[in-house]
Order: sequence, then structure tokens, then C-alpha cells
Amino acid sequence: MNIIVLVKQVPDTEAKIRISDDGKHIDESSIKLVVNPYDEYAIEAALQLKETHGGEITLVSLGPAGAVTALRTGLAMGADKAVLIKADDSRFMDSQTVANHLSKVIKEREFDLILGGKKAVDTDAQQVGSLIAMDLNLPIITAIVELDLNGNQVSAVREVEGGAETVTCQLPAVLTCEKGLNEPRYPNLRGIMMAKKKTIEEKEISDGGIAVEIVSMEYPPQKAEGQIVGEGPDAVPELVRLLREEAKVI
Amino acid sequence: MAKILFFAEQRNGELRKTAAELATIAQRLAAKTGGTASAVLIGPDTHSCAEGLGQFGVKQATLITDSNLANYSTTAYALAVHKLIDKINPDLVLFTASATGRDLSPAVAGLAGNQVYSDCTQIDFVGSTLKVQRPVFAGKTLMNIAIDNKIAFVSLRPNSYPIKENACAISVDEFDPGLDEGAFTARVTEFKTSEATRPELTEADIIVSGGRGMGGPENFAGIEALADTLGAAVGASRAAVDAGWRPHSDQVGQTGKTVSPKLYIACGISGAIQHLAGMSSSKIIVAVNKDAEAPIFKAATYGIVGDLFAITPVLDAELKKIL
Ligand SMILES: Cc1cc2nc3c(=O)[nH]c(=O)nc-3n(C[C@H](O)[C@H](O)[C@H](O)COP(=O)(O)OP(=O)(O)OC[C@H]3O[C@@H](n4cnc5c(N)ncnc54)[C@H](O)[C@@H]3O)c2cc1C
Ligand SMILES: Nc1ncnc2c1ncn2[C@@H]1O[C@H](COP(=O)(O)O)[C@@H](O)[C@H]1O
Repeated sequence: MNIIVLVKQVPDTEAKIRISDDGKHIDESSIKLVVNPYDEYAIEAALQLKETHGGEITLVSLGPAGAVTALRTGLAMGADKAVLIKADDSRFMDSQTVANHLSKVIKEREFDLILGGKKAVDTDAQQVGSLIAMDLNLPIITAIVELDLNGNQVSAVREVEGGAETVTCQLPAVLTCEKGLNEPRYPNLRGIMMAKKKTIEEKEISDGGIAVEIVSMEYPPQKAEGQIVGEGPDAVPELVRLLREEAKVI
Repeated sequence: MAKILFFAEQRNGELRKTAAELATIAQRLAAKTGGTASAVLIGPDTHSCAEGLGQFGVKQATLITDSNLANYSTTAYALAVHKLIDKINPDLVLFTASATGRDLSPAVAGLAGNQVYSDCTQIDFVGSTLKVQRPVFAGKTLMNIAIDNKIAFVSLRPNSYPIKENACAISVDEFDPGLDEGAFTARVTEFKTSEATRPELTEADIIVSGGRGMGGPENFAGIEALADTLGAAVGASRAAVDAGWRPHSDQVGQTGKTVSPKLYIACGISGAIQHLAGMSSSKIIVAVNKDAEAPIFKAATYGIVGDLFAITPVLDAELKKIL
């Protein structure tokens, strides 16, 4: 069973995001970059599948040279090898362009399954997995919280408004992972040592990318300073009055 | 003169509130550009839903009633919408950024070799240029985008647009996309309706959330009672979810749901940046926390400092008096 896992390096969720001087991007100079949290669920799912079905796990990332760090983390968790498609300004590259670059590399390989995150926590776009599936003409199940594989038959659960869907399809397929699917393991020392010996193939992109036409980046409107209504249950009547008369929400 | 097509969500023949939001916005954009707005509905019994859209000023709806499409299938639905797009050539295709919309929209866009501008909180035409705003980095910044593509795919965040009634007559036609078996690559084989009697988190007007300060799963009964008094949904912080007190589907935040209700009441939640990411666009935020220094108070409109176990029952009782 050969599995491709899509891994994007993103700013840590704790990071304070500052808009860059050009007013259109963000200043990444002092930001800690990590593996996209949803991609960790994808890596973990791949590792668990490999444990039962054998095979090989290849991580694929499109990003600047520094994104090797994210790939090393995935290799330390237990993936076998990795490919970095080098592109400097890829953070907000048009998602279809990202998908094209990734598909091109994926197509050159033999694979049974492509796993990705539900969304990247920088773009919050939630689409690259689906775009790749359409590009490669594969079934897609997004935002899965349960996964079961029986021969070539995938059965996955996804949560939607009003309930949970069980979706089935045949391999090869693309699945994107939601929190709740599993608990990603931490790389241990041995994993980290072994990762150093694993190969990360680097590719250059020739045709560059189309950037989204960003007009500007702005901070969300500053909310008016809130007020502490009071302490303890005695403050409740005043809170209720404010909600009704000032905020008019009840 | 924008020609706008929007995917109107329904379940079991009942129009979702988000469809009314989309109808309102599609109609407004069409009116502004002197264009047209039409809806597409997929499912066996959608005629009355389509009629319902007339309430929001939409004059045209297309039904896809293929009985094979009674159950959702990403690729089949995407192909069906794609074929309709081929037929009517819209300039803009709108979806709701709901679980279904976020699954369907990139598949439709992908078939057109395009992408979606997802989860937008603002949309407008300036001349023939479409301008959208979308929160990125979990809402830490907002990205303004100008789109000049001939066809643009956009999904809109639920609860970001007020619904406006504007009744008119609606004409309804049918479209047969002529799908073959090959279209159904992934199929929904089972749908488990959640037992929850409360509103959907992402669509709720009011949410009451509990965090680690709740101390245990049994104490959520207090939050649920309060929620029921308010007709609200129940949410949770990741700490409460990871402790196993609440299901994952209740989690609000960066790795949970993004919500923007009119009123969000946070009980025993400290206000970590990842939690704020999911709820800071709520219109009014109330925080109940025993630690006056908790960061949630910086985000809150109104705060009460104190023990939530003493405060929430009184709040429930006070609200019962007036609701
Ligand atoms: C990658 C990543 C993603 C994350 N995604 C999310 C996410 O989506 N959503 C999310 O919520 N978190 C998320 N987190 C976790 C986040 O960092 C916090 O750990 C979490 O939000 C804390 O939850 P909490 O506020 O319930 O708990 P705590 O931070 O422990 O706060 C509990 C609060 O309850 C108060 N309290 C205790 N007892 C009482 C009482 N009796 N009465 C009143 N107040 C009381 C305390 O004063 C305290 O402020 C994420 C973290 C990471 C690293
Ligand atoms: N540059 C990238 N390199 C590798 N994988 C990516 C990249 N961008 C997105 N992905 C994958 O697609 C998922 C969804 O990303 P997005 O559509 O940007 O929210 C991510 O969780 C990754 O698994």
C-alpha cells in the first residue's frame, strides 16, 4: 500500500500574525513554522495504515526551501521519504496552481491513496485535496473523522450539519483528515535520528505560480473595549439587562 | 450584468437557513449589476423549497431531481452542477461554507480547472470586478481579493449575511445532467441523524460554550439547560473535547468550528488564541470565568468574574423570567 501525504508548513497556531510592509502579505521573519495541524492527522493515518497493510509513505510538500523542516518532522514520525517542490512565494499561491504542482509530482509515482489535511491553517481554504482529486479523476472524501479500509474499499465518516455521513469509495482515492480521526504521535529520538538518513528529493518548478490577486491584507476591526459587569451571581441581573436593552440580543 | 448561480442547500425537502442567506446576497448582487440570480437545488422533493426561495427575491430556480442523487455524492453532485454551469454560463457561482458546501464547492471549481474563494465574509461587485474578503490565519487577518475571472466560485460563511425578505414569483424548471454510473465515485451509504434537538453550531444565533472550567462532563447539564432556555447551541473548548467530555463536533476554534452567532457565552474558557480564532467574530461575547486575568475577558463584550457553578444557574433563572 503506497500512500502519498500532502504536508504544508504553516505558522504555528500560537503565532501573532503581522501584516508585511507591502500591506498584502504577512511578515514571516520571526514566526515559528510547523506542520499544518490537520496534516499531522493525515501523517498519523498513513502510519497506522502502513502498520496494518505495509507499503511506503511519501510526503509531498510545495513550499520554500525551509519547508524541509516540516518534512523532516513527518519523516521523524515515521514516513519513508519526501519530496519538496520548491517555490518561494507559495503561501498564498492560487490553490488550483498548488494542486497542479502537487498532482504533477504525484502522477509520476505509484500510489493507492492520497491523504491530506482538511485545511491549511494559513489559507483556511479547504480545497487543495479536492482539486487534486478532480485533477487526477479520483474519488474524494473530505474532513473524515473515521477511516476503515477493507481490501480496496474505503469507508469513512464525515460530520455534516445535522448528522454524520458514512461515505464509501474504491482505492485509489483522496481523503482529507479532520481533527478526531486520530491522535498524531510525537516523533521520538530514534525517529528523529532515522529521519536524518531519509531522502528528501527536491524539485524546482519551472512555470512558477499564479498568485491570488490580493488587494490588501487588514486586521479584523478592533472591538470596543468590553466591560466587567460585576462579580459573582449578583451581577447576573445587570448582565441580563445589558443583553436585552443595550446589546439587544435576547 | 452578473449572472449568478447559487447552490441552495436543503435537507429532506426543507430549505436551510443558509440558503435564505445565499438567496438574499445573490439577489442583492444581481440587482446591483442589473443581472440575474438563480438557484440550483438537488434532490427528489425540492419543488416547495424552490418556491420558498421566491420569498427572498429570487426569480428562477433549477431543480435536479435525478433519483440517483437523493443521497449526496461529492463527484456526482459536482458533475451535475458543473453540467448546469456549462449550460447557463454564470459569472459567479455561490455556495455556503457549510460542511456540504465546503465539500462540494472545490469539487465543482476543480472540474472547471478553477479554485474557490472559500468562507468569504464580504462580497461585492465594483464595476465588473468581484471583490471578496476572507479571513485567513483563523481570522487573525482578513484578505481582500479582487477577482476578474470570467467565472468565479465563492463560498460564503454562514451567519455573515442578514436575510432579507422580498417576495416575488419564482419560475422553476428542471435539468437532467445525464449522469452515468461513473459519476458516483464516492457515495454516502449511511446518514446518522444527530439526536441533538439544539440548533447547529455553525448556524446558531446563540451559543453557550463550556471549557475546562466545567470540571467534568456531568456539569455540562448546566450549560445545556442554559442553552435550552435561550434556544442556543452548545459548544466547547478543545480542552473539554480532548478530555472526552464533549464530542469533537462541539469544538469551537482553529481546529474546530468557526462560528459567528449574535451571542456567544463562554463559561470556564480561558480564551486561548486558538479558541478565539473560532468565535471572535461573534457579535456579542459574554465571559464567565473565576480568573479576572483570563484573556477571554479581553475579547468579551460583557464579563462576570466568579464561579460559573454559582453564576450559570442564576443566569438561567433570570433568563427564564423574561424569555
Ligand atoms: C494546533 C492547536 C490547535 C488548537 N485548536 C483549538 C481549538 O480549535 N479550540 C480550542 O478551544 N482550543 C484549541 N487549542 C487549545 C488551546 O490552546 C487551549 O489549550 C484551550 O482552548 C484551552 O481550553 P480551556 O479554555 O477550556 O481551558 P483552560 O485554558 O484550562 O481554561 C479554563 C478556564 O476555566 C476557568 N475556570 C476554572 N474553574 C472555573 C469555575 N469554577 N468557574 C469559572 N471559571 C473557571 C479558569 O480560570 C480558566 O480560565 C489548540 C491548540 C493547538 C496547539
Ligand atoms: N503547499 C502545499 N504543499 C503540500 N500540501 C498542501 C499545500 N497546500 C495545501 N496542501 C494540502 O492541502 C490541504 C488543504 O489545504 P488548503 O486547501 O490550502 O486549506 C492541506 O492540509 C495540505 O494537506
